[in-house]
Amino acid sequence: MSAGTTGTDSGADSGTAASPGAGEWPLWEVFVRSRRGLSHVHAGSLHAPDAAMALRNARDLYTRRQEGVSVWVVPSAAVTASSPDEKDPFFAPAADKPYRHPTFYDLPEGVRNL
Amino acid sequence: MPETITERGSRSGAEAASGPRTDPGAAGPAPAQEAAFEAKIAADERIEPRDWMPDAYRATLVRQIAQHAHSEIIGMQPEANWLTRAPSLRRKAILLAKVQDEAGHGLYLYSAAETLGTGRDELLDKLHAGRQKYSSIFNYPTLTWADVGAIGWLVDGAAIINQVPLCRCSYGPYARAMVRICKEESFHQRQGYELLHTLAHGTPEQHAMAQDAVDRWWWPSLMMFGPPDDESAHSAQSMAWKIKRHSNDELRQRFVDICVPQAEILGLALPDPDLKWNEERGQHDFGAIDWAEFKEVLRGNGPCNDQRLDRRRRAHEDGAWVREAAAAYAAKRALGAAGPGEAA
Ligand SMILES: [Fe+2]
Ligand SMILES: [Fe+2]
Repeated sequence: MSAGTTGTDSGADSGTAASPGAGEWPLWEVFVRSRRGLSHVHAGSLHAPDAAMALRNARDLYTRRQEGVSVWVVPSAAVTASSPDEKDPFFAPAADKPYRHPTFYDLPEGVRNL
Repeated sequence: MPETITERGSRSGAEAASGPRTDPGAAGPAPAQEAAFEAKIAADERIEPRDWMPDAYRATLVRQIAQHAHSEIIGMQPEANWLTRAPSLRRKAILLAKVQDEAGHGLYLYSAAETLGTGRDELLDKLHAGRQKYSSIFNYPTLTWADVGAIGWLVDGAAIINQVPLCRCSYGPYARAMVRICKEESFHQRQGYELLHTLAHGTPEQHAMAQDAVDRWWWPSLMMFGPPDDESAHSAQSMAWKIKRHSNDELRQRFVDICVPQAEILGLALPDPDLKWNEERGQHDFGAIDWAEFKEVLRGNGPCNDQRLDRRRRAHEDGAWVREAAAAYAAKRALGAAGPGEAA
């Protein structure tokens, strides 16, 4: 449960790097910042031969209506994800620690600004 | 959020699920996995790519999403037919944007299918080989400019009715793709309606052209909801899996009821003498659909089946050199970056 499994396996059909003419272009995950002050959020994925083309494709595919002011593209093969199989044990340590939330605590009557 | 990032775990997840994870050759899935899947469905939770899922659920989704994706990209053809002959720059820009959206819809959906472990190339190969279908509506020709309006109003309109419930489909990536698509569809429908309204209130010839387009597209649009409920092969299981939320006939009825007042405002008639309000049901009655025609088109004998598939194959083949060149360029640049001595 300690080590994450490789989140993606686009290498399965696309090769780890773009190899000319060999099958499908690699897969990229696209993250879009919709406006200043917000973080980048996963929008979807696409195929592209390299990072520069992935960015251009991402612009055309995910920001046709000014949905973003900034885009990240990340090779899908580079994402490491937790496995759904170990969902419970992996996240269990947080489950029995309600004292991490402010609502856990009893406050005396009348106390303010706390 | 880890959950979104696992989206692509997809591939490995998919392969694991059909391979080692469920121990192929064994009698079946561990009951615990099956129970966990059923519990998620019952609780209206989403199934995500790397979750265990029954093989039949996966296969059903791949078939449906692929067919949907193919429909989006084949659907570009009938409208693209009028791009160079749009009557004004405004109409041309709008139509270009719409057709480009449909390409985007296709890509969102191929991505969703890929999370189930089936590559886009494989799906395209199957489309080109005629082994996977696309919506039969796109096998009808666009004979006049008014058809662009009728398609926007009726075909995109019917698609919206079909697609809105899919935003709550039990498979996460498909549902998310549908949310994105539905946001974009309403512009498609409105531009078509506006176009038809303009024609219908133009010269007598323009009005007649708009009426003719509606006459030809109305019945095929009703067929877009699929066969009647008692003949629909996959419906019951898809409903149980919450892939589908409403029956074909239910959605078709909803579409008819929405269209009737819209047609009145257009000043155009819907070509159905049996169409009338049923006070008792609170819905419209409408005439019998020619299912024999539907089956013929599905079988490949519609007016444009060969033309659509042929055009798609050619476009794919003609684009091969672009894909190869881009891959070669990427490989050359990667090589340059790796070996400092070779860097230009
Ligand atoms: Fe679409
Ligand atoms: Fe559309």
